[in-house]
Amino acid sequence: MDFDVIVIGSGPGGYVTAIRSSQLGFKTAIVERTELGGVCLNWGCIPTKALLKSGEVYEQLDHLKDYGLSVEKRGFDFDAVVQRSRKVAAQLNSGVAFLMKKHKVEVVEGAARLEKGKDAPTVVVGDRKLTAKHVILATGARARTLPAIGLEPDGERVWTYREALVPKAAPKSLVVIGSGAIGMEFASFYRALGSDVTVVEMMPRILPVEDEEVSKAAHKAFEKRGIKFRVPANVRKLSKSKTGVSLEIEAGGKAEILSADVAIVAVGIVGNVEDMGLEALGVKIEKTHVVTDGHGATGVPGLYAIGDVAGPPWLAHKASHEGVHCIEHIAGEAPTNLSAPIPGCTYTTPQIASVGLTEAQAKEKGLEPKVGRFPFRVNGKAIAAGETEGFVKTVFDGRTGALVGAHMIGAEVTEMIQGFALAMTLEATEAELHATVFPHPTMSEAMHEASLDAYGKVLHI
Amino acid sequence: MTDILMPALSPTMEEGILAKWFVKAGDTVKSGDVIAEIETDKATMEVEAVDEGVVSEILVAEGTEGVKVNTPIARLGEEGGAPAKAEPAKAEPAKPETPKEAPKAGPETPRNAPARAEDSGKKPAPSATTHDGGGQRIFASPLARRLAEQKGIDLSAVSGSGPHGRIVKADIDAARPGQAKAPPAATAAPSAAPAPREHRSLEQMGIPAGSYDLIPLDGMRKTVARRMTDSFRDVPHFPLTVDVELDELLAARTKINALLEKQGVKVSVNDLVLKAAAVALMRVPEANASYTPEGIAMHHHADIAMAVAVPGGLITPIIRACETKGLAQIATEAKDLAERARSKKLKPEEFQGGTFSVSNLGMFGIKTFSSIINEPQGAILSVGAGEKRPIVRGDKIEIATVMSVTLTCDHRVVDGATGARWLAAFKPLLEDPITLIV
Repeated sequence: MDFDVIVIGSGPGGYVTAIRSSQLGFKTAIVERTELGGVCLNWGCIPTKALLKSGEVYEQLDHLKDYGLSVEKRGFDFDAVVQRSRKVAAQLNSGVAFLMKKHKVEVVEGAARLEKGKDAPTVVVGDRKLTAKHVILATGARARTLPAIGLEPDGERVWTYREALVPKAAPKSLVVIGSGAIGMEFASFYRALGSDVTVVEMMPRILPVEDEEVSKAAHKAFEKRGIKFRVPANVRKLSKSKTGVSLEIEAGGKAEILSADVAIVAVGIVGNVEDMGLEALGVKIEKTHVVTDGHGATGVPGLYAIGDVAGPPWLAHKASHEGVHCIEHIAGEAPTNLSAPIPGCTYTTPQIASVGLTEAQAKEKGLEPKVGRFPFRVNGKAIAAGETEGFVKTVFDGRTGALVGAHMIGAEVTEMIQGFALAMTLEATEAELHATVFPHPTMSEAMHEASLDAYGKVLHI
Repeated sequence: MTDILMPALSPTMEEGILAKWFVKAGDTVKSGDVIAEIETDKATMEVEAVDEGVVSEILVAEGTEGVKVNTPIARLGEEGGAPAKAEPAKAEPAKPETPKEAPKAGPETPRNAPARAEDSGKKPAPSATTHDGGGQRIFASPLARRLAEQKGIDLSAVSGSGPHGRIVKADIDAARPGQAKAPPAATAAPSAAPAPREHRSLEQMGIPAGSYDLIPLDGMRKTVARRMTDSFRDVPHFPLTVDVELDELLAARTKINALLEKQGVKVSVNDLVLKAAAVALMRVPEANASYTPEGIAMHHHADIAMAVAVPGGLITPIIRACETKGLAQIATEAKDLAERARSKKLKPEEFQGGTFSVSNLGMFGIKTFSSIINEPQGAILSVGAGEKRPIVRGDKIEIATVMSVTLTCDHRVVDGATGARWLAAFKPLLEDPITLIV
């Protein structure tokens, strides 16, 4: 037996699992075929945040006058913007390498294949055959492509998130297919740098997983920034020419052709389940994701799966949470609660953050929701900061008072949502939220007010 | 003034019978004195005083059944202290004590209710716990508190599954109606209770009243009824029977007992069966397993529970790690456990758990039977009488001492072939007992 635990994939699911595994006293190895940190650190969460910050600062320059400031000459060096994003990714990548070393996790470079083994499948990497008591798949996911209708990246005219992170230049015009968090973040960034951006969404509204009111407000806010939408619209075909792309769509019964320099494909995620010999082991795979029980077990003895490869929501923090739960369960510890609500954040301008049920979902569940709202327009700190766009919305179970969902749009809301996540994890009711003192002046006061509003006790309206 | 609370004698104990008081109001007790006897589903335990003082009041009368864990059963005053009757707030047996510091008026009483059930459940110390009357905090989420209030559930009767035993929503959702507080709150949501199996009286079933005597159900009878019903209903049972020739074993036993005579130890056929079962479980570990929703628990040791008939029911004391023990030790332990089982002096840890059971009705001349699985064990062996039977050897009929044994398996964990392999490992150990020592 070479190891107690082998983790395959070093994204935020895999490397966090490996650290926890080592902390629990397991001799641990992690296998990575490309970069430590996975998509999140290298090609996802982190580098996009770096780009978005550049875009946000640049766009703020439009409003300098509002703050009594002026600037002589404004401009940007697109290469430098991209290079900063790559540097940030590189820094975090080496940070993961340091963490692995510190926690005595052996890093095995290469692609892993699984073969039938004794306690758990044997992990084959190159010519090494590694055995362990437990093998945890954390191989993540990648962008879904639809080659049949031309939605396939070529690195030149058609991009996925990967190409969109390291372009040679900002396209003059851009069509984004899919208005989920990934699509909207790139739309927001390239719009900030002046691209002409059109977003095409198949569902009846943009950011379809968000609460309908937030969706509507976001739509309006993005339109105000000059982003154009085709919602709902069916994509018929994407064709390329030397100078750009043309996208055939059908919206409201009318056919239309959208032309642009570049198209970004953001139409969903597929799990990385191929070329590892999973089928031969009898691993159950449904819709490109590994089927697991409540603790990550795949049904194949000694084999577990966590994070994106085990299914949605495809979020780094969900992967880490599942990984820690899985390894603690293996160790026989009382594992962290898996039913904790998972917040979601979109780092556009304005930002969007949510946790738990939307108002519509609460109604579907028969909860008789009590809903509260509070706009940043009347929040002191937001006014002082010149960030009055957006609002906070709370959803309570009318019968028990449990907070079941919270939805926010506006500046800095991604930093605030954890307050509601904590409240929900602790099973807070309206009474605790009302009794909590929120500091003044902060935008978080809108969270308090939205909680009060659900019970007719709002103060500042 | 301190209350003596109904102790939890085992982690699973919820209520018990206050069988006997050894003290009365006015008696002086000191720490360690035996003050009462508590009868639970499986054992009788003595309750010792923790503090010293004068018994000022007996709150629960001798012979009371269904006394909930942590209910005050008696009150202890300081020597020469005022008699209890002068106390303004007299606690009633089945109710949590009134909180001294109520932060909010109203139905939040559980917040300051006495010790939580699972607190005392963790330490099966058979001594009476006392507390200062100020109340211990019950850790429960705000939502759990509110739901408990809405449903009329007493939080002190709910064990928490959250971090550090915190009571969370899921625990309240799962709380049984039995945990609901007595009137009036319980009537608030009676519909939430799952419908129990309809009970029909004997009269309704054609047996007239007066034609029989009714013996009240004691703790053990209730436990046997509940556990056997649950197992027979929920566990997919199937039996496998083989015949075992005993002549070699009986001869070996005579030799062994001659050797052990000086030590005063006598090995029974059943002791040899226990040993052989343990060895067979090590050879076929798949049969030493429990089904759980999370997976199959493969037990490291063969902890063999042996069914012992006792007045009013049966109990299954356990020979732990039986595979590691020699015959003399097994015989000594089995004898001691059986004797103490009959006098109801077993400690909870001596009859709780076990990975496999052996039930022997041979002494009653029973030929074969198939026992009901003792959850969560994967199998139970039913041992019949050893008797001379004609057997066919080659083409001749011969006489041999034969005993039929039946392995009842939980099909969720022990499949037919697994059970058969276990019997194939078990049988030769008895037929050729020298193999037991290899």
